[in-house]
Amino acid sequence: MSGLKHEPGISDPDGFYQELIDAVQRLSTEDALAFSARLNLLLANHIGDRTVLREAIEAARKGLEDHE
Amino acid sequence: MATYQYPKYPYHPPTFAGGVAPLAQVVIVGGGQVGLTMALDLAQRGVASVVLDEDNTVSDGSRAICQAKRTLEIWDRMGVAAPMMEKGVTWNEGHVFYRDEQLYAFNMQENPRSKFPAFINIQQYYVEQFLIEQAVQQPLIDLRWCHRVTGLETTSDGVRLVVETPDGTYTQPCDWLVAADGVRSTIRRQMGLSFSGQVFEDHFLIADIVMQREGPAIRRFYFDPPWGPEASALMHRQSDNVWRLDFQLGWNVDRDEELRDENVFARIRRMIGPDTPFELEWKSLYTFQCRSIDRYRHDRVLFIGDAAHQVSPFGARGGNGGVQDADNLGWKLALVVQGRAGVTLLDTYDEERRFAAAENILNSTRATDFITPKTPVSEVYRNAVLDLARDFPFARALVNSGRLSVPAHLKESSLNGADELQGAVRPGSPVPALPLSVPGDASVSHLTDVLGDGFTLLCFGPANADLSLDSDLAVRLLHAGRDFHDMDGGVVAAFGVQDDAVVLVRPDQHVMACWRAPVPATILDTLSMITGDCR
Ligand SMILES: Cc1cc2nc3c(=O)[nH]c(=O)nc-3n(C[C@H](O)[C@H](O)[C@H](O)COP(=O)(O)OP(=O)(O)OC[C@H]3O[C@@H](n4cnc5c(N)ncnc54)[C@H](O)[C@@H]3O)c2cc1C
Repeated sequence: MSGLKHEPGISDPDGFYQELIDAVQRLSTEDALAFSARLNLLLANHIGDRTVLREAIEAARKGLEDHE
Repeated sequence: MATYQYPKYPYHPPTFAGGVAPLAQVVIVGGGQVGLTMALDLAQRGVASVVLDEDNTVSDGSRAICQAKRTLEIWDRMGVAAPMMEKGVTWNEGHVFYRDEQLYAFNMQENPRSKFPAFINIQQYYVEQFLIEQAVQQPLIDLRWCHRVTGLETTSDGVRLVVETPDGTYTQPCDWLVAADGVRSTIRRQMGLSFSGQVFEDHFLIADIVMQREGPAIRRFYFDPPWGPEASALMHRQSDNVWRLDFQLGWNVDRDEELRDENVFARIRRMIGPDTPFELEWKSLYTFQCRSIDRYRHDRVLFIGDAAHQVSPFGARGGNGGVQDADNLGWKLALVVQGRAGVTLLDTYDEERRFAAAENILNSTRATDFITPKTPVSEVYRNAVLDLARDFPFARALVNSGRLSVPAHLKESSLNGADELQGAVRPGSPVPALPLSVPGDASVSHLTDVLGDGFTLLCFGPANADLSLDSDLAVRLLHAGRDFHDMDGGVVAAFGVQDDAVVLVRPDQHVMACWRAPVPATILDTLSMITGDCR
């Protein structure tokens, strides 16, 4: 059984998405990257469960190739 | 150097120059901190050794400064911790700064009642000097200065070394060779062994300065310090008012330019401020690496210290790891040389210390990757961690300015026996130096003091009062409440003693087995792992 939630878990998904985009869309690419890194770390700590985190990292990485 | 006079140790021309020296049971190549610890350990166990070193003084310039608690415990067994403690500067705390703020502090002393502090800072040349002063008192150690090994030939029952001296070359045959000849090991090269790993693309400028400055001895690590262009900097107090400064310069630098006095002075000035007078004792520029050979035993040749593995200094795991190598190998080699254990026992040296070195390399690599991010993206993450660490304690746990040397817990060792108690100290762990007393013996203050150099059984509970063992390994039995008193219950708690517990401790003070209520046959069976094919 997978530890990472695949089914919807956020109430008001549209509202959340707008909040997220509002937070980043006027940032330079550099700052947006910093924002994403911070957000990742904050949420990762909140989740804490190493199995869930590993599955999330794998899921996010899917389809992306190493850059030579 | 202003604060240190390099000793010159006497060179004795070999009487066998041009010929063959008498066979030695054990030859140690390299009289550095690790080779000397090895010689002292063997001598303590009654085994003679020849130590060959290519020069006649101690470590040139400034390298290792931090010596860890476990190292001090090991040297204590050899009677050489006292001068180190007297000369060294004690510290337990590390403070980590980012830009102009302190992010957090950590304390490395897990138990304030331990015999030794988490660390002392002491210049490597003092360490070697004190080890040499102890070694020359030992008739079993034949220290030969200005004897450089230039070649070797391995045979089925030993090794023949080619040794060069100012008075000519000779052949030194030996049964066992311990290669402690450092990171540029001649033995390793002559045997064609690959030494592979990672080079970190960065330069670190090391400066040792003398200055009068008050304040506690703590490790200070600065990420992106506000005073200068360095990516990071480190500051450590050593003895004699000498301070170690370490500046991270980056990869694309002009080495000669960076080492020019005026540039070094400018960096130091920015860091310590404009007013404090100082004198520069030593400067050097390093790139750091993490490397290892694949196996630490090659038949009759055993590799220890930097000859076997190299780590980046963040974490002080190089010298401290090497001393633990010697501690691990000493008793095993002694038993084999004395014919009391089979040679396969030496494979457990390779197994256990390769495990420990892998842990050291992993920790040093991770720290260096944090300090020197390899790609722009990893730098983004690194900086995100630092930015969050100010406000969020969780991020401080991710900040890695070096995971400092702790003893190896040989959890997976094939020598480990029963694991029937539930304490924090389990088979494979070193015994903690907790307070303890022995009736009528004021020289004993901690558990490690009563263990001696052999195998020890710590016996608890009334059922073990008459326990006796008939073993070739000369096992000492110590009964709680009779032979020692656990001062504040710390020992009982550490092992999780219950019922009629018995703890078997190896000669290197690592726990071998923990039983709840064993019969002698069970204990003897575990000990037979040591004696092996020799029985
Ligand atoms: C900048 C810096 C900071 C460091 N800080 C720390 C720290 O804080 N804590 C820590 O634990 N470690 C630290 N280290 C690592 C530490 O210095 C080494 O791990 C340690 O010196 C290894 O000891 P060794 O005896 O194995 O080798 P070495 O100290 O290199 O000794 C090797 C010996 O072999 C001799 N030798 C070499 N070749 C031959 C030959 N062919 N024939 C005869 N003799 C030979 C040499 O003369 C030398 O005496 C640091 C290293 C550096 C560079």
